[in-house]
Amino acid sequence: MPDQLRPDAPPVEEDAPAAEPSPRARGRFSRRRVLGATGAGVAGAAVGLAGGIGVAGAATVPTPTPSGPPVYPFYGEHQAGITTPAQDRLHFAAFDVTTSSRAELVSLLQDWTEAAARMTQGEGAGEYGPTSGPYDAPPDDTGEAIGLPASGLTITFGFGPSLFRESGRDRFGLAARQPAALRRLPLFPGDNLDESRSDGDLCIQACADDPQVAVHAIRNLARIAFGRAAMRWSQLGFGRTSSTSTAQVTARNLFGFKDGTMNLKAEDPAGVAGHVWVPDGADPKAAWLAGGSYLVTRRINMTIEIWDRQPLSEQERVIGRTKAEGAPLSGGGEYTQPDFAMMGSGQQPIVATDAHVRLAHPDNNGGVQLLRRGYNFVDGSTALGRLDAGLFFMAYVTDPRTHYIPLQTKLSRTDGLSEYLQHTGSALFAVPPGAKPGEHVGQALFA
Amino acid sequence: MFVPTRRPRSPQPVLRRLAPFATAGALLALPVLTGCTDNAQSSNDGPSADPRALSVAASDTACTVSGTTAPSGKLTFTVTNSGSKVNEFYLLAADGLRIVGEIENIGPGITRDLVLTAPAGGYFTACKPGMVGDGIRAPFAVAESGQDTTADGNDGELVAVANKNYAAYVRDQTDSLLTGTEEFVKAYKAGDDSAARALYPQVRLHWERIEPVAESFGDLDPKTDARQADLESGQRWTGWHRIEKDLWPARAKGYEALSTSARATYADDLLKNITTLHDRTRTISFTTDQIANGARGLLDEVAATKVTGEEEYWSRTDLYDFQANVDGARVAYEGLRPILQQRDAALDTQLDTRFTALQSLLDRQRSGDGFKLYDQVSKSDVKGLSDAVNALAEPLSKLTAAVS
Repeated sequence: MPDQLRPDAPPVEEDAPAAEPSPRARGRFSRRRVLGATGAGVAGAAVGLAGGIGVAGAATVPTPTPSGPPVYPFYGEHQAGITTPAQDRLHFAAFDVTTSSRAELVSLLQDWTEAAARMTQGEGAGEYGPTSGPYDAPPDDTGEAIGLPASGLTITFGFGPSLFRESGRDRFGLAARQPAALRRLPLFPGDNLDESRSDGDLCIQACADDPQVAVHAIRNLARIAFGRAAMRWSQLGFGRTSSTSTAQVTARNLFGFKDGTMNLKAEDPAGVAGHVWVPDGADPKAAWLAGGSYLVTRRINMTIEIWDRQPLSEQERVIGRTKAEGAPLSGGGEYTQPDFAMMGSGQQPIVATDAHVRLAHPDNNGGVQLLRRGYNFVDGSTALGRLDAGLFFMAYVTDPRTHYIPLQTKLSRTDGLSEYLQHTGSALFAVPPGAKPGEHVGQALFA
Repeated sequence: MFVPTRRPRSPQPVLRRLAPFATAGALLALPVLTGCTDNAQSSNDGPSADPRALSVAASDTACTVSGTTAPSGKLTFTVTNSGSKVNEFYLLAADGLRIVGEIENIGPGITRDLVLTAPAGGYFTACKPGMVGDGIRAPFAVAESGQDTTADGNDGELVAVANKNYAAYVRDQTDSLLTGTEEFVKAYKAGDDSAARALYPQVRLHWERIEPVAESFGDLDPKTDARQADLESGQRWTGWHRIEKDLWPARAKGYEALSTSARATYADDLLKNITTLHDRTRTISFTTDQIANGARGLLDEVAATKVTGEEEYWSRTDLYDFQANVDGARVAYEGLRPILQQRDAALDTQLDTRFTALQSLLDRQRSGDGFKLYDQVSKSDVKGLSDAVNALAEPLSKLTAAVS
């Protein structure tokens, strides 16, 4: 992994003022100030680079600077946290809206937007921060991120189908604007879904290079929501399993294999535009979603102990790639295209007919590509002493009806890997486009 | 091939009892990031700096405020004690007597904020190094900005009334508690278990409504309200829950019922402690921050042990306690409302709405003249109650700062 993307480069002293001090920034706690305004310089660099990449999601392109950990702008054409180079850590949370008032829902999104804009820049969640404000009141920031840099934090918001309609009921006057593709995902063969780990009215993805920063973001946003929305479930992820930039090496999943070699990357603007963002005019009822995306989340448990007992030959056969390089079994290196027609001994294809790489490859799925952004997870162990572990799969797609449901239906039925997997959580969210300063996330939906 | 194994629900950790009243005058001086707050006094803030944010350099001999005027509205004085004595900072009204706002116990090297709402007028700032004397004073002016609001510290009568009313409520509840306990103890000693079981949750309502007051007497609470899970090894278990287990032994494996004489011992001990509580509350008085902290503490109790079904492990009558804690918090809040409405009307509206929402959820769990047992409440209803408790407790945590 290139050093410049790592958060451990020492901060440099600069006396540049913070780029956009909040009204209360004076004298208030600012994690960025602790670092001598390094973050401001990085943020500036990000803006400066924006035009050069040519990706529609320019606001979230990588910000490699040797001077410190990345700070990504919160506001932009698209939400950050999608084409942003996948950070190392995740805290993802789904919420149930508990108010029945549309105005309160809007006020929640306003408050969330404001707090997220602050926290992604390394500031506290509220106007005072964790150690200021009235002494007889609880601090408006919980404080565990004091002294930590922004750590590449991105906060990405989404809306679940149940926000628009629940049991046929139009909860907030939004039913007429529900995107046609935003429906509860179907039950796929082999699913063993836990309701308390699935679905949700709202979601927040917090990604950062420091787990404490990601957890701090979700904790403070959940606190802000009390009385308007309640946490339904949340998931920690500790290692990215996808790279979303060519500057990143391909990471490994808990099977020990490179994962996401074929992933869409920020540097492929045509691919991102065609497969990730919802185009203008895609859905006349949901014009508000143009420039946004759909997020599929699946909590996929791996039968770790059983997998570990499989011979290397079986492991590579099931994946269809070598464990060392990630090269397709038909030869070459990691990025060599697999030759699905190549025959091996016994007149059997050298990449097995049920190999994961064959079934998931775009060539065998009408050219469909996903922007995957998943994370490994270990939630302790089960009563039987097995690791409760796997992949928290996340994919951003332009339309789940073309870009996820057919693929997953096929994989569930025929993928050799399914034998070692069990899907225990599932959700689909519409991810609105980015907000401009002064707007709240998803504002067009309520306009 | 794969046997699905859901994560088992881990047992809830035993939470320490919360003692909200302890915070009223606590001397917990938390260090702040001085390297960070020092920036506040630096000169590069420029002309756009917030004129309502002032800094105060307090030493043993000087009290230097960064400005002598501010526009009316919400002011923040960030006070840094650079001296060697414990300091205090005051904003006094034009008469030099009435305290508009104060921050106490600023230890050497510590920085602390005083946040208050000030209307236009003349004031004095004052530091009090060593916490004695009239302090080092300087005139301070607040100019009309059109942005203002109601004065802080200008509602002395309302405060006095609120404090008096709350003391009366506590006396009234301890009266009922004492009478009820006498009745309960009598039935229990006489072996009339069904009468004792019926009385138990009803009498405890009066205890739970004023629980933070009882807890503020550090010796009474462990003798009276300790749960078995709270005990240290070697500690003798007495009080409500010891008797509860004897009346509802169903969840206790191999339980041996108490003898008549053992019953009498525990019952007399309970009555003795409740009588002591009653006596001690005859002349009790309160401050608004104690009342407000008490309200918050009651909701903390609900969140910690009532909504989780841990309080009444044997009888499963947790919802009675739940209701009583909410009652007590609501009374405390209602008493402070006249002050709160002047100081922060939006917070008042929010609290009123959320108390009502929580109560309507609780009302759905009523059964007869009481409540369903905890085991009879569905998981989703428990989640709903828990969400409503969070929804109320979060703004309730802002009550103390708003009224004190």
